[in-house]
Amino acid sequence: MDSNPKENIIEEVTNKDYEFGFVTDIETDFIPKGLNEDIIRLISKKKEEPEWLLEFRLKAFRHWLTLKMPTWAHLTIPPIDFQDIIYYAAPKQRKEKKSLDEVDPELLATFDKLGISLDEQKKLSGVAVDAVMDSTSVKTTFQETLSKHGIIFMSFSEAVKQHPDLVKKYLGKVVPYTDNFFAALNSAVFSDGSFCYVPKGVRCPIELSTYFRINAANTGQFERTLIVADEGAYVSYMEGCTAPQRDENQLHAAIVEIISERDAEVKYSTVQNWYPGDKDGKGGIYNFVTKRGICRGDNAKISWTQVETGSAITWKYPSCILKGDNTVAEFYSVAVTNNYQQADTGTKMIHIGKNSRSTIISKGISAGHSQNGYRGLVKVVPEAANCRNFSQCDSLLLGDQCGAHTWPYVECGNDSSILEHEATTSKISEDQLFYCNQRGIPTEKAIGLIVNGYAKDVLNKLPMEFAVEAQKLLSITLEGSVG
Amino acid sequence: MLLNIKNLHVSIGGKEILKGFNLGVNEGEIHAIMGPNGTGKSTWAAAVTGREGYDITEGEIWYKGQNIVGMPPEERANLGIFLSFQYPVEIPGVSMQNFMRTAVNAKREYQGLPPMSMIDFTKMMKQKQAMVEITEKLQNRYVNVGFSGGEKKKNEIFQMAMLEPELSILDETDSGLDIDALRIVANGVNQLHNEHNAFVVITHYQRLLDYIVPDFVHVMYDGRIVKSGDKKLALELEEKGYEWVKELKL
Repeated sequence: MDSNPKENIIEEVTNKDYEFGFVTDIETDFIPKGLNEDIIRLISKKKEEPEWLLEFRLKAFRHWLTLKMPTWAHLTIPPIDFQDIIYYAAPKQRKEKKSLDEVDPELLATFDKLGISLDEQKKLSGVAVDAVMDSTSVKTTFQETLSKHGIIFMSFSEAVKQHPDLVKKYLGKVVPYTDNFFAALNSAVFSDGSFCYVPKGVRCPIELSTYFRINAANTGQFERTLIVADEGAYVSYMEGCTAPQRDENQLHAAIVEIISERDAEVKYSTVQNWYPGDKDGKGGIYNFVTKRGICRGDNAKISWTQVETGSAITWKYPSCILKGDNTVAEFYSVAVTNNYQQADTGTKMIHIGKNSRSTIISKGISAGHSQNGYRGLVKVVPEAANCRNFSQCDSLLLGDQCGAHTWPYVECGNDSSILEHEATTSKISEDQLFYCNQRGIPTEKAIGLIVNGYAKDVLNKLPMEFAVEAQKLLSITLEGSVG
Repeated sequence: MLLNIKNLHVSIGGKEILKGFNLGVNEGEIHAIMGPNGTGKSTWAAAVTGREGYDITEGEIWYKGQNIVGMPPEERANLGIFLSFQYPVEIPGVSMQNFMRTAVNAKREYQGLPPMSMIDFTKMMKQKQAMVEITEKLQNRYVNVGFSGGEKKKNEIFQMAMLEPELSILDETDSGLDIDALRIVANGVNQLHNEHNAFVVITHYQRLLDYIVPDFVHVMYDGRIVKSGDKKLALELEEKGYEWVKELKL
């Protein structure tokens, strides 16, 4: 018998190639590298933006100049030269795409290859998709169906043109440009993203989804998503993302803002599968993202569900401000790191309204030489009587070269609120693996089974379309790792 | 011969536990291995099923005509070797249905067969559950999570029924069972037993052998079999106690 077959298997960790690492050969419109006020004016001009938006960008940029990159996260981030990045890249294509026929076939092929069909006829399930490549939206499907219900779902640039008042009303209200370094950067240079508005009392009949694809080299992606559910509205939104396999690191600094008004509900799900770098830690996406929602009116609800498998470095804390009374916020997360990936991720739940309730379920899985951290804050202000929070933070370790960390912060301002926190750290035990092996299940498959079981509470929260994908992704990401 | 173990020496962490173990098992036979604690019974089961960390320093394990020393555990399982665990392992979040389906299809894949259809699988599960008097709720429960001692052992026999092995090793299946559960477990084994398969029952007590009647009884002490006989040997052992075994050794 091998003296220690376990070690061999750990070495084989993710020899599986990243499935979406291809590059689309398409003519791309770039602007020069670097970041200054002229560049920002140029981006704004390219997007034919109104004056107020340019002003917003410039204010953000000026503020950004006064900031330094945050260093408090448990991450080792190599220095980033912000002047060495291209801030705008767009696949060249004809303007005013009336139908699918006018979209470049190469782009359609790309999204087909990613499993995202932009052809409404071919879609079996009712999911409207906004496909974003680099800095621009390629196509948004099911526009007509949605507009019948008064639902606005389009690329951010398009929304700025067609619904400037709505965009102006909500932009930067949950994540102001002063929020943090990357939020300021995004506010200065954001290129495209999705805008969604569901009017009063409307229940969005189909799932909305945005698919982000980085294609061009040396570019950063800075998209902005704004989701508004007006009083009594409901919407379920999904986001997916991939990037080509490259040796250099690429920066992705997005902002997602969610506003849930009185009696409204927003479900936000994401499967993040940016290129994680190779098995020696070379290349990969830096994913520095600010996501926040506000339950603004009474009884509003927001839930975040995330499955994080990609990116070389993840810095991301989807959070909720529970402003109204009786509001509900949920955060369900599975974060997997392998090889040399690093993740510092978690959530913040800020309880301001009375009787507000939040739930945090975080499942970290680390393998290889990776570092995986949960960082969370539960804050209850003195006026927020009778709040409830339940937090559960579990870590699963595969192998003995990786790290799992938990930093839960709690600030409770009154004594009528009840906050609970549970945390566990476990390894996939040899007993479990042998039990599976003895039933004829090979180790690789056994790990997939055990990890998916471990993450089940979170995977169950994903919309059907995503759940199957996420399960497969978890198994693939961890292929070859044993603890 | 289904299983033929020749002069097996097994060490754990450099300490020799099995010291020249010999055993031959034919199709259709039921063997019982008895002996005091710490004598190497569970080590033997682990070595036959291919558990990591059990170093075979000498000897051979012949199963269906091939020496399986060094073969990965899942391959041995797919060749029809089944172990009913003394301490069945919990796997949170994995339903029994999902677990068994993965196992059944892994074996089918090994045999070059297509995966079993969901309809056939569900039918099979229902039928085998009835054999060990398990309620249908089992399929949605997570593997061994929150199971009582008796339920865990019944679940082992259920899995045995699903996988239809040729060689089943029952490691202390009777420990911690009340008399009703013991009867159900034994009843399951007796239903599964036929002329093409064999059972090796590891037990500390004679009690189980009232229900699963062995063709041969072997007494183990200090890493090898020191005496073999028919079912009467078990009764003799019960009467004279394990002190007698130690004398046999001398």
